[in-house]
Amino acid sequence: MCLAIPGKIIKIDDKDDSATVDYGDGTKRMINISLVDVKIGDYVLVHAGFAIEKLDEVEAQKTLDLFREMLSDLEGK
Amino acid sequence: MFSLNDNKLAHEIVSNIKKKKINLKFMHVCGTHQDTLVKHGLDFFLKDCGIEIGQGPGCPVCVTTPKEIEEMIFLAKNGKIVTTFGDMIRVPGEKKSLQNLKTEGYDIRTVYGIEDAVLIAKNNPDKEIVFMAVGFETTAPTTASAILKNPPENFSILCCHRTIPFALKTIIDMGELKIDGLIEPGHVSTIIGIEPYEFISREYNIPQVIAGFEPIDILMGVWMLIIQIEQNSPFVQNEYSRAVKREGNIKAQKVMNKVFEVCDVKWRGFPIIPKSGLVLKNDFDQYDSRKKFEDDIIDLQNYKFKEPKGCRCGELLRGLISPRECPLFGVKCFPDNPIGPCMVSIEGSCNIEFKYLKNK
Repeated sequence: MCLAIPGKIIKIDDKDDSATVDYGDGTKRMINISLVDVKIGDYVLVHAGFAIEKLDEVEAQKTLDLFREMLSDLEGK
Repeated sequence: MFSLNDNKLAHEIVSNIKKKKINLKFMHVCGTHQDTLVKHGLDFFLKDCGIEIGQGPGCPVCVTTPKEIEEMIFLAKNGKIVTTFGDMIRVPGEKKSLQNLKTEGYDIRTVYGIEDAVLIAKNNPDKEIVFMAVGFETTAPTTASAILKNPPENFSILCCHRTIPFALKTIIDMGELKIDGLIEPGHVSTIIGIEPYEFISREYNIPQVIAGFEPIDILMGVWMLIIQIEQNSPFVQNEYSRAVKREGNIKAQKVMNKVFEVCDVKWRGFPIIPKSGLVLKNDFDQYDSRKKFEDDIIDLQNYKFKEPKGCRCGELLRGLISPRECPLFGVKCFPDNPIGPCMVSIEGSCNIEFKYLKNK
């Protein structure tokens, strides 16, 4: 139920809060974007036909950096 | 988009946890976390390291009560077009499921989301359409958003939305099991943010990590909990920062607050949990199936519902047993012929355990 799938916004129709997302596997679908502020090219998490949050690439990179840092800390011990 | 499939890191984390020679019990409340844990065998690896992770009441379909299912059955029998998510349709009520009813000719329809149900209402102006609105904070804003768009008069919802933080408090207060740390649900947290969990670390000294859904996310979450325990500094740590902001999704929270108010509600396997449910505010009475069709479901008000005989879903949802400890698991209860909801839902721990059974 709380499953949310990441997709990339490729088209926005402001009139009815809808956008088209590309899930990256050839699947494209219209979704509702009334719960988020997004622009074309943003990645969003889609749940039950709604974008529920924008994915943050900078934060994703920080997480990966944190993991790598942890790995090197572990190796150092 | 993101690369979180680092085998080397996964093995490093697991081997370092093992060196710590610990014995800890963690709980998560999310079917997608359970799927990752079982699918990738993390539950076994971690058990070998002294860490058990159980799924608490983290499956909205599973915690929906028999009474709510019976309400939908009554409404269908009274001529309404009943719509909800696929899993919900298959959960047995006291005698039958909505799916059984469909085979008897009643109009039961599976939808992907509330907007599909609104469309059915628009296309069937001479019929009443009821949407069974199930789900945690992840799903509730989608319901609220649709209600704010003034759906047609022949549309209403049977609101079964529940919220996570006070369910966690209740499970801790019940004191039935030891919880050394909590892995919080990533997608619920995208909406509510970090603050609503903080009282748990403050008042109960329990560390918490909001985690994503890749195997590395969960292992990192476990590692963060261990470090918090070692440092005796419990707080809510955000491992899933690529999707969860400290304040959550404020736009979604505002939409929810416009439409819903908090209520006390019963969860399957639990008593009534204070402040853990959502109901439509009075301004939206015309969309509240329970008010609109009060006469259709009045007989259910004081009815005492029985759980299916032998079913231990309640204990499972309280984290007291694992699926294989239920005598019905794989003997009388299967995904194709489920007795309890935890075997129906793809987020139910019995369904997940059964799905990956072949790999063990």
